[in-house]
Amino acid sequence: MNNRINIFLEGMLDISPLLIPVVPFGIIFGVIGMELGLGPYITCAASIIICGGASQIVLLQLFSGGASSLVILSSVGAVNSRHLLYGAVLSEYLSSLNIFWKIILSYLNYDQAFAVSYNYFKKNKKKNNFHYHLLGSGIFLWFIWQLSTLTGVILGPIIPEELGLSFAIPLTFLAILVNELQKFKNVLVMLLSGIVATVGYNIVPFKAYIIVAALSGLLFAVFLTNINQKKK
Amino acid sequence: MIALLKKDTLSKESKNILSYVPSAIFPAIIFPAIFLDTSGVLFLESNPKIIAASIAIMIGYFTKNIIATIFSGLLSYWVLIFLFGY
Repeated sequence: MNNRINIFLEGMLDISPLLIPVVPFGIIFGVIGMELGLGPYITCAASIIICGGASQIVLLQLFSGGASSLVILSSVGAVNSRHLLYGAVLSEYLSSLNIFWKIILSYLNYDQAFAVSYNYFKKNKKKNNFHYHLLGSGIFLWFIWQLSTLTGVILGPIIPEELGLSFAIPLTFLAILVNELQKFKNVLVMLLSGIVATVGYNIVPFKAYIIVAALSGLLFAVFLTNINQKKK
Repeated sequence: MIALLKKDTLSKESKNILSYVPSAIFPAIIFPAIFLDTSGVLFLESNPKIIAASIAIMIGYFTKNIIATIFSGLLSYWVLIFLFGY
């Protein structure tokens, strides 16, 4: 029992520095959610059900643009697709657990929790109960996320609209992408996707421009990776 | 996903393509939000968001800090619209 608690706490400890940016992010989501008229219950529910910063922001963006539910669902799903990668990577370590563990850990598998716990798993796979690390990191992030969202919801009505806080949305994604700017192929994909989205914004029906742009970007990525292989 | 996948279900190529997903999706949100105005018209001249975003990118590139990037972008935006009347 002691061993499990220790590993759980180590998970919380390892993720704590990464939680600092989560707080303002959650607050921003709460504020904009309120600003867009989603109301406190839906805004908080989004944080509980979706529990993914980037996807929730996409939800807000599309909702404010009047997109249909199908488009919103697909776009949120598309943004979340990176979790397929996380799942594939973690299955190597977690495949022996029972189904309940798998479901819980999958829900708690957020970007930051994945990052620190995957690292831990790689180094500690021989230990018993190493999966408690993900439980710790995931739960800690979950709490901070819900609290931040709630804070944003409460603060929301107080913040004036002229501040144009919704500009924080593209800024946040930009901040996430900055790390990838050093890879040339990624930059090309970004440019293509951005241009398709900008042009498609007015042309594509049902506000599906995000999906069209993302697919174009991915196809382009496939093309770019294949060029490399042909050279070899 | 973890429940369904065995060890090598996703091929190396698929994982490689999945790594491009953020680069394919996020610009689709970023570009229209910055380059189009509220009625969906291309807005390039004296657009405070373009300037603010450029500053944010530079700060982000050098500090590699997400919060610094977001706030420097917001601060620049506010300076531009409130102090310089953009």
